Amino acid sequence: MKVTTKHFKRCDLVIATGRIDSQTAPQLAEVFEEINKADQFKIALDMSGVDFISSAGLRVLISAQKTCKRWNRGELVLAGVPQRVHEAMDLAGFLPLFKLFDEVVEAVGTF
Amino acid sequence: MPGRPFGVSHIPTVGLRLTLLSMDTTQTLAFPGRFDSLATIAEFVTEAAETAGLDECAVYAVQMAVDEACSNIIEHAYGGEGRGDIECTCRINDDGLTVILRDYGCSFDPTCVPKPDIHCCLEERDECGLGLYFIRQLMDEVCFEFTPDSGNVLTLVKRKETAS
Repeated sequence: MKVTTKHFKRCDLVIATGRIDSQTAPQLAEVFEEINKADQFKIALDMSGVDFISSAGLRVLISAQKTCKRWNRGELVLAGVPQRVHEAMDLAGFLPLFKLFDEVVEAVGTF
Repeated sequence: MPGRPFGVSHIPTVGLRLTLLSMDTTQTLAFPGRFDSLATIAEFVTEAAETAGLDECAVYAVQMAVDEACSNIIEHAYGGEGRGDIECTCRINDDGLTVILRDYGCSFDPTCVPKPDIHCCLEERDECGLGLYFIRQLMDEVCFEFTPDSGNVLTLVKRKETAS
């Protein structure tokens, strides 16, 4: 997995590509934590390049969402979720907990 | 190592390229019980699943289930990375694919793992047990066996879709 971040005026964009599994999920968690440490809680995650996510990766997403949404200070929204990742999220019952956008620009524009 | 089946080959975690040539084949590889083995194990089972003739959705299901099972072995059976191997056997037959995962760590009672509540609200979400839930949802057969002599064995079966 590779993770890059871009800071915008109204939100932070995180771009993850590759496999998000037990090996790489902590790396993604760290990126979210760094953003939160800078008092930023509006995050868009571009998942269009993610080809695999395990429950370890999904746990990172739910944990980040809990932190971001606390006290209505922000939200984690997802963009470009591939079909297989979408199916895994559906299986875990995660779909109602995240706003999903087809395009990154829509996700960033929601803030 | 006592109790280890004869003929298990041990391979490095990088540069794995395997060819499962024909139907009715069985191949066993041992992987170090570390999270950086997960991608290599995924390559091994994905190639076996494709050779077995599973469709794309079923191949991904096998990949997910095996990833969850191996993560659980490292995290729970061995209690951390680098404490033992995961032996992975792929058996291809006309019906589909059987994956057998063996470890020599602690056993557990699968019936004691609570099923996650996948419908509760965000604040009350507790993701424990999600991996095991995925395994059961994604595979056609899931069987745990725990023996003191020959380790913990998880048998996962994924069958080919039959035209109805």
